[in-house]
Amino acid sequence: MNCKKVILELTSYLDGVLDASVRIDLEEHLGRCTDCRLVVDTTRKTIQIFCNSEPVPLPDEVRKRLHTALLERFRRNSKTI
Amino acid sequence: MAKQIMVPCQLSTAGFSRRTLGARRIVGATDPKPLTSTIVRDDEAQLVSAAKAGDVSAFEELVNRYERKIFRLGMNITQNREDAEDVMQDAFLKSYLNLDRFQGESRFYTWLVRIAVNEALMKLRKRRPKQVSLDEPLTEEDDSLFREIEDWGPSPEQRFAQTELNEILTQVIGDLEPIFRVVFLLRDVEGISTEETAQIVGISVAAVKSRLLRARLKLRQKLNKYFRGSESH
Repeated sequence: MNCKKVILELTSYLDGVLDASVRIDLEEHLGRCTDCRLVVDTTRKTIQIFCNSEPVPLPDEVRKRLHTALLERFRRNSKTI
Repeated sequence: MAKQIMVPCQLSTAGFSRRTLGARRIVGATDPKPLTSTIVRDDEAQLVSAAKAGDVSAFEELVNRYERKIFRLGMNITQNREDAEDVMQDAFLKSYLNLDRFQGESRFYTWLVRIAVNEALMKLRKRRPKQVSLDEPLTEEDDSLFREIEDWGPSPEQRFAQTELNEILTQVIGDLEPIFRVVFLLRDVEGISTEETAQIVGISVAAVKSRLLRARLKLRQKLNKYFRGSESH
């Protein structure tokens, strides 16, 4: 496997959906190619950092406005039935 | 109560620790497996049926279940709190008003996300009409994404305070073109499967994979300037 093929297979590799034989070839390449190893490692860390980031909080007042709007809609619907 | 399994981050990486909605879990060193979206609790279909039959408390339960996720998605796509609030309200109101049209070919959550993504993209189109086409041809050469190859060290994010890190992540995701941002957010942040992402965005599975690769590499490149050489700090 060459460097270009590694990049083409990168997403499938990180998602764990690569065929076993291709994965073995790819990992053999990573064992001898520092650049590809760094690209794979830093791309994996990129995803990991976003996954580990703090979830965006839903402010109470925003949630309250949503539920008020929905209640109003429920009321209007029940009047039309 | 039905069990909820949440897998927002679908990396197949042996033995690293990651947080999912506040809970820390260890990913085992097992063989990679095909991934499916498992965000949805298994009683969702029952709630949808009840809501269709007029049970507003069932619909409220669906809202309670997904409101945080839809708001987060709206924030991440639009990068604006007022727009995110509009996106969330419109998504739930439209899904309620159109429940009769929901035939159950997909999960309710997938359908809801599709409505929210459309609403969010409409907000972006109003702001920057030339940048938001999901059909925009990809012209950038892949090679440009591999110019910066540097080691980040084991935990580069720990160089930054949480607030600072959040600002960096908001900045880099906001700089990503919408065609890449949406696919990355759905797949890697919301944990939605490739097939469902294709359905939501209205592109092929192959296009999702291609855009996800580009998105990941672009984000890697953008983060490189913050994280490179962090092993020496």
